[in-house]
Amino acid sequence: MKRTIPILITAVVGGLLIAAYFVPAPFLASADRLIPDFFNIIAAFAFVLGGGNLLRVHLTKISRRDHEWTYSVVTVVGFLVMLLAGLLKLGTGEGGAFHWTYDLADGRLLYDALYQSVFTPCQATMFSLLAFFVASASYRAFRAKTPEATVLLIAAFVILIGRTFVGGYLTAWIPEPFSEYLHIPNLSAWIMSFPNLAGQRTIQMGIALGIISNSLRLILGIERSHLGGGD
Amino acid sequence: MDWSTVQLWVGALLTLMIFSFLYKDNPFYKFAEHLFVGVSAAYWMVQGFWQQIVPNLLAKLAPGSFENIIEAARGQQPELVYIIPLILGLILLTRLIPSIAWFSRWSMAFIIGYTAGSNLTRYLVSDFIKQVEKTLALPLVATHADNWLQWIMYSVSNLVVFGGVICGLIYFYFSKEHTGAFGRASRAGIWVLMVAFGASFGYTVMARISLLIGRLEFLGSWIRSFI
Amino acid sequence: MGFLEALGRLDRRWIFLLIAVSVTIPLLLQRPAPVKPSPIVRNLYTAIDALPPGSKLLLSLDYGPSTVPENDPMAHAIARHALSKDLKLYVMTIWATGPPLITNLFETVIVPGFPGKTYGEDYLNLGYKVGNQGLIQSLTSDFRNQYTQDVGWGDIAARPVGQIPMMSTIRTIKDFDFIAGIGSGQPGLKEWVQFAGDPTGTPVGGGVTAVEAPLLYPYYPTQLVGLLGGLAGAAEYEALLVENHPEFGEAAQVALIRMFPQTVAHLVIVSFVLLGNISYFAQRGRRRK
Repeated sequence: MKRTIPILITAVVGGLLIAAYFVPAPFLASADRLIPDFFNIIAAFAFVLGGGNLLRVHLTKISRRDHEWTYSVVTVVGFLVMLLAGLLKLGTGEGGAFHWTYDLADGRLLYDALYQSVFTPCQATMFSLLAFFVASASYRAFRAKTPEATVLLIAAFVILIGRTFVGGYLTAWIPEPFSEYLHIPNLSAWIMSFPNLAGQRTIQMGIALGIISNSLRLILGIERSHLGGGD
Repeated sequence: MDWSTVQLWVGALLTLMIFSFLYKDNPFYKFAEHLFVGVSAAYWMVQGFWQQIVPNLLAKLAPGSFENIIEAARGQQPELVYIIPLILGLILLTRLIPSIAWFSRWSMAFIIGYTAGSNLTRYLVSDFIKQVEKTLALPLVATHADNWLQWIMYSVSNLVVFGGVICGLIYFYFSKEHTGAFGRASRAGIWVLMVAFGASFGYTVMARISLLIGRLEFLGSWIRSFI
Repeated sequence: MGFLEALGRLDRRWIFLLIAVSVTIPLLLQRPAPVKPSPIVRNLYTAIDALPPGSKLLLSLDYGPSTVPENDPMAHAIARHALSKDLKLYVMTIWATGPPLITNLFETVIVPGFPGKTYGEDYLNLGYKVGNQGLIQSLTSDFRNQYTQDVGWGDIAARPVGQIPMMSTIRTIKDFDFIAGIGSGQPGLKEWVQFAGDPTGTPVGGGVTAVEAPLLYPYYPTQLVGLLGGLAGAAEYEALLVENHPEFGEAAQVALIRMFPQTVAHLVIVSFVLLGNISYFAQRGRRRK
């Protein structure tokens, strides 16, 4: 029950999708239509699971008075306010307490107001912090210690300068037809479209082979580590 | 003070709280971080419920009960096949109850089965077969060009892609010792990969700066609102 | 302690301050940067430009607030371009964070810029559905089973797709003439290529954050018609748009204006790396002596 049925489900679902790709049978076409459809719905339940799990973890921290449990209170309050605002479609107060609109991005919803005033600044600022750390890390760690590191450094420089208008000014003196390739913006476009493409394609093909083999292992029931213990 | 001003101020204060991390970790940052975690989890849950579970599951199972909320359900017949994802979805939630958490493996098995089955064919075609095809189809000697330099560069560029992919793959091939010609090809592969990593690094820096610009623009609009 | 050693031990907060200053000052100038479009961007522009009036363009905004400064100018420029060419614009998202971005696109670009266009006839908000690649795959077999109704816009409430004029010819993703994905990760443009473009043959193009852009070059140009890589890509598209449609004016030059501080910050970071290396090699040389 604990392992055999999940292995069977994975094998049947994965096997049907692969068969549907290669065999044009009506039964398989239906499977190819329904399986992703079911997946989309189950994925929505995963959002509920994620929220439930977060609540459980933080309520446990609060009840145990764990280290920095007060911040867990902030998380739980934020979670519950946003959840109630969204599920009940509470309004911001402009024109009624509830707005039973299908559009969750309606500005009259408290849910949308919280998205705009809490979610957006927090997420955007957290990502923008990386600008500072990437600059600091480049300064401290980006050293031309080996020939390979030097190649990396030069490629990065050409890209960084080539993607700006300064790159154009710096190499404006290069005559035709050489400027078509040596003008820094053009050189940067060439690096992206050829050596970068070659490197990325190598990695991409490697990843694809890895995904294919791992998918096969999962479908054939060889890979079972995700199922944990028990029979 | 109207609602949009409140939103602007809350957003600006949270932005500053998170930026305060640049000086050092502090309670303001932690407050904003924890608030964000709670709000975002609920945000996703609500989206999943109203945009998927209600219109694409409940309204299909019981259209009559949902026709006031989902207009598209009006006059539709129940589609009982959707009992399957309903059951699998509910089973997934058993993960929250430790004594029967193992039950959720059934739903996980469906998710993994779908992901494995769809990824296998799509990665095989898009990321492997088509890439091999595109690499091998490159003309190593250019067939047309406007001038001699263009002719040389077309040919060199295609050679860089063809040779680069082959050498890169050799570098990742660990079943043969990297010595002699094989070793030299592998070393060339490293150089190609280094150029690719350099390009990725340059682009990553570019991306992060762009995000900072966006945030500073927001803070600018906040400051302009009161000066 | 010598100057070069002190440079090597510089407190990182000074670097943070310098980065903040190098972005803030040029941002205050609000000057569009002179940008020359690269071939990969020009290709996307040309492909959309070549679509005959009435063609159906699916624009998917697959990103969130974290990458809005990069992705919004791309989405806005493509929407402007599409509507100026009288294409039918279908906007959707496979990211939960996407719906407010669609609203923003409508509020800031479509409604003020194209007062003659009608919701439901010229542009449509399909909103968000869960499922990532599963959703894209579902759309290739039955679009209407996923999007049973639109989201609505302003005073126009959500309607079943059967009642929306723009949806009358849409059954699967194959019914679109072009798919433009604006993304910042997974799922995004890569999944649009793998699960929609390659299996159905519908042309796919779009824009992604600079972090993701190098990874997508292997798809170009056969699987991916064109690509806008980060803010610079968006700026290049804007430059083409403004060149051909001067009537859009400054509103269509958001990325071009941002490219000015972007350039200064790039130069500062390149200088940092150079200084760091000078300091490193000077210290190494001294140790060897």
